[in-house]
Amino acid sequence: MKADPKGVLTGVHFMDGDHAACEGALAAGCRFVAGYPITPSTEVVERFAQRIPLIGGVFIQMEDEVASSIAIQGAVWAGKKAMTVTSGPGLSLMMEHVGLAALTEAPLVIVDVQRGGPSTGLPTLPGQADMMQVKWGSHGDYEIIALSPNSPQECFDLMIRAFNLSETYRVPVFFMMDEVVGHMTERVAIPEPSEIEIVERRWSSKKPGEYKAYATGADMVPDMVKAGDGHRIHITGLTHDERGYPALTPAAQKKLVERLVNKIRLRRHELVDVRKDGVDGAEVVVASFGITSRVAQAAVEEARRKGGKVAHLRLVIAWPFPDKLFQELSRRVKAFIVPELNMGQMALEVERAVAGRCAVVPIPHAGGTVHEPAAILEKIMESSR
Amino acid sequence: MNETLKAENPVLPYLRQDRLPHIWCPGCGIGSTVNCFARALTESKLDLDKVAIVSGIGCTGRVAGYMNLDSFHTTHGRAIPFATGLKLGNPNLKVVVYSGDGDLFAIGGNHFVHAARRNMDLTVICVNNSTYGMTGGQVAPTTPLGATQTTMPYGNFEPPFNLPFLAEACGAVFVARWTVFHVRQLIRTMKEGLAKRGFVFIEVLAPCPTLYSRRNKLGDGVDQVKYYKERSAVKDGADTREVGLSFQGDIAVGKFVDRDRPTWLDAMNRHYSSVLHDYHEVGHAED
Repeated sequence: MKADPKGVLTGVHFMDGDHAACEGALAAGCRFVAGYPITPSTEVVERFAQRIPLIGGVFIQMEDEVASSIAIQGAVWAGKKAMTVTSGPGLSLMMEHVGLAALTEAPLVIVDVQRGGPSTGLPTLPGQADMMQVKWGSHGDYEIIALSPNSPQECFDLMIRAFNLSETYRVPVFFMMDEVVGHMTERVAIPEPSEIEIVERRWSSKKPGEYKAYATGADMVPDMVKAGDGHRIHITGLTHDERGYPALTPAAQKKLVERLVNKIRLRRHELVDVRKDGVDGAEVVVASFGITSRVAQAAVEEARRKGGKVAHLRLVIAWPFPDKLFQELSRRVKAFIVPELNMGQMALEVERAVAGRCAVVPIPHAGGTVHEPAAILEKIMESSR
Repeated sequence: MNETLKAENPVLPYLRQDRLPHIWCPGCGIGSTVNCFARALTESKLDLDKVAIVSGIGCTGRVAGYMNLDSFHTTHGRAIPFATGLKLGNPNLKVVVYSGDGDLFAIGGNHFVHAARRNMDLTVICVNNSTYGMTGGQVAPTTPLGATQTTMPYGNFEPPFNLPFLAEACGAVFVARWTVFHVRQLIRTMKEGLAKRGFVFIEVLAPCPTLYSRRNKLGDGVDQVKYYKERSAVKDGADTREVGLSFQGDIAVGKFVDRDRPTWLDAMNRHYSSVLHDYHEVGHAED
């Protein structure tokens, strides 16, 4: 279906990534946000609080991130598209409800405008050190999807995709911005509503009495209903059967947890979005994501001017990790270079996929600013020799 | 055979019969509160398709799973913020939070405080058994001074919350307390609470014979109900500062608070309608 015109601010704007992310959510049909102020993400909810009364929906500032991350799940079961927004310390508090959303298969979006950590760290300065936390942060086995925008325009465009993916797969979708992407101001073109594709919730057509909350077909994703429609659903954070009833047995656990991971793992080929530049004939590949991709691009172009045969891969979807692409390339390149604003997180994924077939050169950075292009250039040239 | 015994129990249609028997111990008071709640629903004449129940974690946290309503068994302490989102997502729903004292007032205390402050339109029913039953009888924020619990093996030295006082101070518009001895009064109060708009708080004292009574040498469930009968006094409109509980001491019961102030949603709609020209009201007309 197409976007509801009420939420779409069609036109060309000059806005920062935080505001663009909010506009993306509104265009995607998000009509409920619960949030708690935290730098550098607060502008997203400030804009939502200002905009939503005129569109039709609710913003509520909750007492903490624990509350925000479950209030949105209440709204989801009331039938709304919902989102919460935070940064590192708030993300840590939300982990409890990442698990609940994964287990109960509540479609929702969590925006993480990353800053330097651990703990309070660098509230106003960038980091990319939450990448492993969003993948593994809640207890137990589950899968999520994570997107990594590198510009205000992508904060708008990819946010619509984030909501659409959450509805398609019924998993929490993380929107992994960082302080620089959140606060940089650039041109943002918002299209006509008729040009924006929206994935509607997977509403069940079953009648009350016939509907089973967790019965699935070949795509492993159950259809949904909402509270108030007469289905008398039961939704629990306990391991459950197809009816949604608690089923505390190894057999029920196996069936449920295997489906929760397989609905992403076995369909990961549908979830590859890597922007490739100059892959043919490359000897060295820079793999990056988010704000670091913009610094890396400068280094890649400089290396080419110096005669380097270098490609650039940018992960737009960071989770699930595109193993297959890295496996294939590892058979014909000398090295992958992985700059990131953390002490080496996604580099571990590259190493896992490459499995020793070529070199992997991490370029860790503790955060607080972005890499110097020269640091990336140096590694490209070293690896080209 | 007596004809009345052949008739179906009037409460059964309100229960998910395919989930029975329940998990609660013999002598536990939670089942009695559920019986009262089902009867209050009957008398309330509410459209049960529009009633949702939300629980946290613990013995009382299992109530949602037994009610034949849209029901949500959430995380520990977080039933209230989940219910907040559910209510604001669809204001046509009557949303009931049904959980225990540890869930609502220890790990969930901050959420209770703020939902009451906001006057979120929720009916909060707290079964207070003075202990953490599911995990084996640890001290709770409601355990009376002097009572023994596994994590207060020499007797509790922490003062407990006075829940009605806390609820009133935070802004609840309706505050009542009964025990599981007072089944008729409890049904009436639950019915009244369901009809009330705003943050409603009903505390129900209930025995936990397995982990509280036995450890404190108080006998079984029936003995605790006898205690409720002997030491309870109806004090409608009592000053909530005076209704705190002590170990096997006097129990003030009744309706302590019944007042009106705008719910969060009413306040938002009223305010935005007055200050925003094109305000799109959120509420009963919408869904």
